[in-house]
Amino acid sequence: MTTVLDPTGERQVAERALLDRPSSIEGKVVGLLDITKPRGDVFLDHLEQGLRRRGVADVVRFAKPTYTKPAPVDLRHEISTKCDLVIEALAD
Amino acid sequence: MTERPPLPDGFVAVVKQDCPTCQLVEPVLVQLVDAAELVAVVTQDDPSFPDLTTASSTPERTFDDDLAISYLWDIETVPTLLRIEDGEEVERIVGWDRQQWQDLTGLPDLGPDLPDWRPGCGSLSVDPMRADELAGRFSASGLRSRRVEFAELEDDFEAMWDRGWSDGLPLVPPTEARVARMLAGTTRAPDEVVAVVPPDLVECTVEKVAVNAVMAGCLPEHLPVVLSALEAACTREFNMHGLLATTFFSGPILIVNGPIRQRIGMNSGVNALGQGNRANSTIGRALQLVVRNVGGGLPGGVDRATLGSPGKLGFCFAEDEEGSPFTPLSVDRGLEPGVDAVTLFAGHGPTSIIDQKSREPESLVRSFAAVLRANAHPKLPLKIDAVLVISPEHGRIFREAGWGRVQLMARLGELLLLDSDELVQGAGGIAEGIPEAFAGMQLPKFREGGLLVCHAGGGAGLFSAVLGGWVNGEEGSDPVTVPIGT
Repeated sequence: MTTVLDPTGERQVAERALLDRPSSIEGKVVGLLDITKPRGDVFLDHLEQGLRRRGVADVVRFAKPTYTKPAPVDLRHEISTKCDLVIEALAD
Repeated sequence: MTERPPLPDGFVAVVKQDCPTCQLVEPVLVQLVDAAELVAVVTQDDPSFPDLTTASSTPERTFDDDLAISYLWDIETVPTLLRIEDGEEVERIVGWDRQQWQDLTGLPDLGPDLPDWRPGCGSLSVDPMRADELAGRFSASGLRSRRVEFAELEDDFEAMWDRGWSDGLPLVPPTEARVARMLAGTTRAPDEVVAVVPPDLVECTVEKVAVNAVMAGCLPEHLPVVLSALEAACTREFNMHGLLATTFFSGPILIVNGPIRQRIGMNSGVNALGQGNRANSTIGRALQLVVRNVGGGLPGGVDRATLGSPGKLGFCFAEDEEGSPFTPLSVDRGLEPGVDAVTLFAGHGPTSIIDQKSREPESLVRSFAAVLRANAHPKLPLKIDAVLVISPEHGRIFREAGWGRVQLMARLGELLLLDSDELVQGAGGIAEGIPEAFAGMQLPKFREGGLLVCHAGGGAGLFSAVLGGWVNGEEGSDPVTVPIGT
């Protein structure tokens, strides 16, 4: 019988419940996060138009400084305080 | 680390029966007991040895059958005479040397019938047959990693595979003894945090690096390179997170400079970028296993590579500094000559450069430029770095013409100044390219510092190599060169 040392980070993953899905987007503030891949903005422009036609209160646009790194904490905080919903888009 | 068993204040002798010198000093030990100097005797192999029945009193006697005292008090030779004060060792002598024993104890006429001097014997605690087991037993008890016990009927190698720890190749089981032995390769404490490893941003200790280094097949002397490489990989500049997550081919490439190359037996010669050398093959693998196991970066998880590349199993080689016409890569990147260093480059490859005809640097450098121009795509300048690995036979052409690094880089810079009209989107009937707004100018293929040059390879073959990079700079990754610690 062999005993070895666990090579993993032995993380205790914090489980968080998902928020309830909103029954409607009407009157909500929607954030659109561009990860700054080429033409992501084109896709998000279309989404923004569609969302505005469907009666959202506002659409707020955000962009990551670079698609290769996780979004900075400040940006994530800003999105969470300004928006009811957020859509993150990858395009190429 | 296990706490050291205490020893009483005064003189303590550590002996074994199976040692002629220990047997020789038996009457001296009696003299020391009679003089009320010797307070304790520790015996490694025979509790009845030494025979002190003729002594006027009996000192504390300990049979060190588990060698805890011998190992944890670093006894390497028997006999060892220790002087303990307030529970701490203040002096020790080993073997038999009458003058030393008399000086240390302050007693005259010790062992008058004995020869003046006899060397000691090896302590059982440094017996090669037992040293690993002891290291495992005593050092590993301080290790904090969860213990994973494989079942009786599990095959160790299959068990590790089943737990998701493998990169697809067999792993060495990271037992306590192996991890403890690995940790002997560094002066750093097992619980020291080396880096915060992406993508899960987990604090990774020296111990966790050692566990993964064992699995990768590293030797203890490889560990400092793995530790420094991990530190370099987890910097903001290198951006290991993005490099892992990208759909692109690249992974971390490690290029080692300095005397450590010879010390740990790295290959910078024949097949330098290939298989067959333990240090080259396992050091890069260990780094990738840390990213996988500690950071949680799994292919198909956060690793989204479209095609990937075989170098992602581990890509590490040494520069041939001694045969190079150029200054070493680490020196070019700002470190002092002779300093052990590892350079991390986000890349893949190699791409071949064949030039068997050039005998003049000007011709050869044009070959290099022609291939380098195609790095990533012939129409994409500035965004992707590369490493140019120049082989000895190509290097010789520069050396014989008196070209050093500066001249080579200057000429490559001139030859790789590109006409942007050929690069814009649609030019040459190819949609890929740079925006039209950049038309009508000259653009360098590589950004400042974006072409790294090093020297490696076997003595025969008029071939050099390009290791293509990933997107560079703030948007992606910058090469990082760090000194290798201990």
